[in-house]
Amino acid sequence: MKPSHYFFQTDQLAQLLGELQDRGYICIGPQVRDGAIVYDELHSIKQLPRGVNDAQAPGRYSLKTGVSLKFFDWANGAQAIKPLLFSAREKLWQSRQSADGKLSFETPEPRSKPIAIIAARACDIAAMKIQDQHFLQQTFVDPYYQVRRKNLLIIAVNCARPADTCFCHSSGDGPFVDDGADIVLTELESGFLIEAQSTQGEELLAGLSLQDCTEQQLEEQASIKAGASKQKKQLPKYDIRLRLRHELNNDFWHEIAAKCLSCGNWTSVCPTCFCHSENDVPELDGKSSGHYREWDSCFTQGHSYIHGITIRSETSQRYRQWLTHKFSSWHEQYGRSGCVGCGRCISWCPVGIDVTEMLANFEGRRGV
Amino acid sequence: MSKPSVAIHKFSSCDGCQLALLNLGEPLLQLAELVDILHFAEAGPLDENAKVDIAIVEGSVSTLHDIERLKNIRANSGLLMSIGACATSGGLQALRNMADTQQWIADIYASPDVIDSLDKSTPIKDHVNVDLELWGCPVNQRQILMAIRALLFGVMPVDEHDKVCMECKRQQTVCTMVTKNEPCMGPVTRTGCGALCPSVGRDCYGCYGPAENANTQAMANRLQGLGLVDAEVARRFLFINSGADAFHRQGVLSREKK
Repeated sequence: MKPSHYFFQTDQLAQLLGELQDRGYICIGPQVRDGAIVYDELHSIKQLPRGVNDAQAPGRYSLKTGVSLKFFDWANGAQAIKPLLFSAREKLWQSRQSADGKLSFETPEPRSKPIAIIAARACDIAAMKIQDQHFLQQTFVDPYYQVRRKNLLIIAVNCARPADTCFCHSSGDGPFVDDGADIVLTELESGFLIEAQSTQGEELLAGLSLQDCTEQQLEEQASIKAGASKQKKQLPKYDIRLRLRHELNNDFWHEIAAKCLSCGNWTSVCPTCFCHSENDVPELDGKSSGHYREWDSCFTQGHSYIHGITIRSETSQRYRQWLTHKFSSWHEQYGRSGCVGCGRCISWCPVGIDVTEMLANFEGRRGV
Repeated sequence: MSKPSVAIHKFSSCDGCQLALLNLGEPLLQLAELVDILHFAEAGPLDENAKVDIAIVEGSVSTLHDIERLKNIRANSGLLMSIGACATSGGLQALRNMADTQQWIADIYASPDVIDSLDKSTPIKDHVNVDLELWGCPVNQRQILMAIRALLFGVMPVDEHDKVCMECKRQQTVCTMVTKNEPCMGPVTRTGCGALCPSVGRDCYGCYGPAENANTQAMANRLQGLGLVDAEVARRFLFINSGADAFHRQGVLSREKK
């Protein structure tokens, strides 16, 4: 039987990057920008956040150095894979009016270059699978998402150091990538374990000079997994899906509304949120107009505006919509919760509202 | 068919919002083909009393004479659109609304008796019916063109009232508040600027005025948590748009907190 894991030296990371570039991939990888880890185009492994660790808390994200010399010793960054697949803003069609008054509509050809994302996390991939369901596995397939998804190669890195805001172990989505990636790396004290999870990944591995891994290395990997599974936050144990359905008139929604800025940061950093709005940008001459789709949020007024009425004008209603959809009605739509435990909504909420604490508020209540 | 006519009027302001029109470049020529600009003192055409389809009004009401002029403009105009912080909230000069204006005038001017000023600087909507408002200090070209284009189509422009945060996140701008403890006003401030300040790494200072459903109390609490004392929190709200209801209320509350 072929071993599933191989070993490669730290200095071979450049080889992996070179291999991807040679195959025509634009490499997107983690790097430090404006005080956070962000995914951006990677030309050299020198751009990787070597020796950088993140510290996350409700409403706080900061980076520090000096703890280790590892490349991937951080939990996650400002965004997951979402912006690469579900564009924050893109044109869906262009309409034109000719001199004789006739209207015509042009749809831009869905296009994408092959992209390899490096250091995707287990939670990011779990979230992508949910977005795959939404954009690809419904009656209507989104052609823009589809072409980008098809052209995406995923080089995942197993998490070794979760942040204080992470709870992927409790949501069942991490810290290790069980499937869904093309290649998965585990960063050891020296070197990496590498594993292919797809045919494309296997082909890529064949092009690298790899060594067989040792028992000791596999043990080190297992201990990293055990360590990374110990996370400070977790989802409460009660049946969240069922309970939330019965809490629609709870005063809690008003209590939380007093703290919530209804700013939309949560949904924007949430790797599974997919809501959008559409708007038109006409040329000044009035003869042509672009129709755009952009990220929206259930925390905006427009999200629930229908025919002259704003259904959810208050923050209490918007928050309730978000929490009950993400953790309850999501199950009916996609067969699971919409939360993958990445903790971004906790860290990137400007006022530090902690979703696990909000859910814990319902624990022990009578009812259902 | 005659072209729709437009007049651009100025009240108390720095003229910066008119620059959004003047600096348009090529689109200004295009605009001149679509509409007749009958009054635009800063650009040339002068006809203060012209009857127009669209009046664009910049600046706040600051003198008794302003009120008379404004009523005349309203009577002569089909639609009236106020643009910029001065016209929509009273502007920076509305800071005097919370002070003793006569004392300020006496302190500042060599001959206070020649200064004709109301005690308060007020937005256009306080005096006449306003059909639509463009917020911002200053408003930008994109806003102006989108608004005029919509009016030419015969529809109202989309009211851009979401929080700045939404645009920040679309641009993948890293949050300055979360990473750098900047006292960013983005979560309570109206979008439209393109998240300009956060995109260059600094905090939003609320120059587009309050967003819809702005939770200013939670914002004030957060600013305190970042280390700002009450007077500093108050100044975050009582700045460019101190006359805007949501900012005014919160600013005064923070300022008077003992």
